[in-house]
Amino acid sequence: MTIVPIIKRDYITNLAEQGKRMDGRIFDQYRKIEIQTKVVNKAEGSARVKIGNTQVLVGIKMGLGEPFPDTPNMGVLSTAAELVPLASPDFESGPPREDAIELARVVDRGVRESKVVDVEKLVITPGELVWLVFIDIHVLDYDGNLFDAASLGALAALSTTIVPAKRFEEQLPEGHKKEDFPLPMSEPPISCTAVKINDFVLFDACFDEEVIADARLTVATDHNGDIRAMQKGLSGSFTKEEIQKVIKGALDNGKEIRKTLKEATSS
Amino acid sequence: MKSEIELITSEGKRLDGRGPEDIRKIKIEAGVLHRADGSCSLEWGGNKVLVAVYGPREAVPRHTQNPLRAIVQARYNMAAFSVEDRKRPGPDRRSVEISKVISEALEKVILTEQFPRATVNVEIEVLDAEAGTRCAGLTAAGVALIDAGIPMRDIPVACAAGKIGGQVVLDLGKEEDNFGDADLPVAISPRTGEVLLLQMDGHLTVDEFNQAFDLAVKGCHIVSEIQKKAIMHKYQAIAAEVQE
Amino acid sequence: MPNEGRQIVIPGQILGDMPAFKPGRGTFVENKKIYAERLGVLNIQDNFINIIALKGRYEPIVGDFVIGVVEEASTSNWMVDINAPYPALLHVHEVPWEIEFADTEKYLNTGDAILAKVLSVDESKKLQITLNDRNLFKLKGGHIIEFEPSIYRRIMGKKYSMIEIIQKYTRCRIKVGKNGRIWIEGDAEGIGKVLQAISKIESEAATFGLTDRIEELLKKDAKDVR
Repeated sequence: MTIVPIIKRDYITNLAEQGKRMDGRIFDQYRKIEIQTKVVNKAEGSARVKIGNTQVLVGIKMGLGEPFPDTPNMGVLSTAAELVPLASPDFESGPPREDAIELARVVDRGVRESKVVDVEKLVITPGELVWLVFIDIHVLDYDGNLFDAASLGALAALSTTIVPAKRFEEQLPEGHKKEDFPLPMSEPPISCTAVKINDFVLFDACFDEEVIADARLTVATDHNGDIRAMQKGLSGSFTKEEIQKVIKGALDNGKEIRKTLKEATSS
Repeated sequence: MKSEIELITSEGKRLDGRGPEDIRKIKIEAGVLHRADGSCSLEWGGNKVLVAVYGPREAVPRHTQNPLRAIVQARYNMAAFSVEDRKRPGPDRRSVEISKVISEALEKVILTEQFPRATVNVEIEVLDAEAGTRCAGLTAAGVALIDAGIPMRDIPVACAAGKIGGQVVLDLGKEEDNFGDADLPVAISPRTGEVLLLQMDGHLTVDEFNQAFDLAVKGCHIVSEIQKKAIMHKYQAIAAEVQE
Repeated sequence: MPNEGRQIVIPGQILGDMPAFKPGRGTFVENKKIYAERLGVLNIQDNFINIIALKGRYEPIVGDFVIGVVEEASTSNWMVDINAPYPALLHVHEVPWEIEFADTEKYLNTGDAILAKVLSVDESKKLQITLNDRNLFKLKGGHIIEFEPSIYRRIMGKKYSMIEIIQKYTRCRIKVGKNGRIWIEGDAEGIGKVLQAISKIESEAATFGLTDRIEELLKKDAKDVR
């Protein structure tokens, strides 16, 4: 594991005491966000998201299969994340460990609980045949804040996904639409993550900030200003006031990021 | 696996319009990642690969160390969404084999004696696959190694030839790989012509093999020029940018 | 030509023939021909062909000043990360303090930064460093960043011209480690300007006239200069 020198740790907290960050941002400011969609030909949907130097590629693959027994009238959503060694000297090869699993599950909940993908429209024969949507998060360059980059990538990829009905036409029953169609989507939730360093709450932490952070909180909000998902991470704690601060920052930044997402996916 | 599709016409025109000795379009960019010591992004036809190099760094655990030289460990991995039918994440037997042959190819050109007890890790991620991913991966690895400042004898490069419709052709595309008669990926050290990687499957007469081999090597040299241009473009660009 | 960049070479590129030329740093010989083994800039001196690498990890040489970060303290030594392919060992006898047995953690612990010197490098690249010298010490305060080790010479400049300009205009105290690490002490603004200068040197390392351009960059809204 890369060891952060105490000097650097102290420098970051000293700057925070003056309301500053290493790269000149203020506490609730995001780095530059870039979103490109339709970047993988083989995928039914895809997006490459950069937040500062962090880069994540999300691909959507679709298939046909059985629904879950307790939800016979819904298509199946499934999310996985790979923290491949390409992205960081500290990532090791091997099956996903707890960081990758947490990332996948948090992104999954954000998509699932917000019902941004209309899974009821993905049913072919209730209880027997539904569309399966696979969301695969492939981290390419790790400089902090994978939660927001991955969530944004998933939404951008889903928003530009085309259901490949034509390719599966032989498996689709008579009378069912055999033409490709866009994945039915509604308004997306936007995930915003902040970390706590001493008593300071900083949004969109870069790698150095994340490594010394005591605690982390992700809040996903929708276009109505309601909360759809939350996840606290790391072993430090938040006070109620700090949680309120994060919620407010998530709502403010969420508005801006939602605009950026719309611009990127509307072409 | 034969098919009804005519892979190559009597005039020598292939499905995507290419002639027998035409290579698909290649785009290479060096130094695209921040955390990696060296990196390269490469597009070859419908293939998209991204390679990162980390090292040299001490090999752990200690019992894996070679006291005389660095170990070269290439890891070839396909993203779940890179293929038509989603691939379950994680290494499968094919990826393990490709990782091995690429590691061995790179070991020959890297000056490993300069770094005893260390490893050079070459991470090859296939993000979009369309036949010839191992050649794309190895070619990108060559550029990423230079970008990482790893000392080498030469810049390794790979290209495949094959046989479709009874004719030997260069750089198989997707249908050609699936329905053709033979596939021959070759990697060389372009300066000396030494063969670093060679695999073949299908059916070739000895004459056809010689033809295909020569064609693949010719392809390697063409791709080698593109690699070199990509490196010079990145590093000489600094000089050009500053000229008033 | 003064306006062009320096000549960049790549691995496997032929540079010259022996015996007219002799193989220097960054080169290898095959069949009496000299080739580049690295990406770098061509430099010929007294018929020695050298390559000044543009990229590559730091390779320790005895006598180098380095900035290390302590990884762990053991009973009679510390393992120190000096940004090299291998960690370095700092033995209790190589520090200026009298250490009681197993008291190593009291003096240096994980995360502490030190300005040290490379003491030895053996054939299998096992490294040892020392703090036994008047100008070596534990670093306190300030900030530490990393830079591309191969541009160390550019950051120092001919006869230290570059580093002096940086210190002058930023009013920061700066220690540059050969191993691609810099320790900077000063106010936030000064430190910010040092980082800007280093970043510019990194991206323009292969060009001429860099010292002047760095001076211009730093002169912009500089405070009064000492």
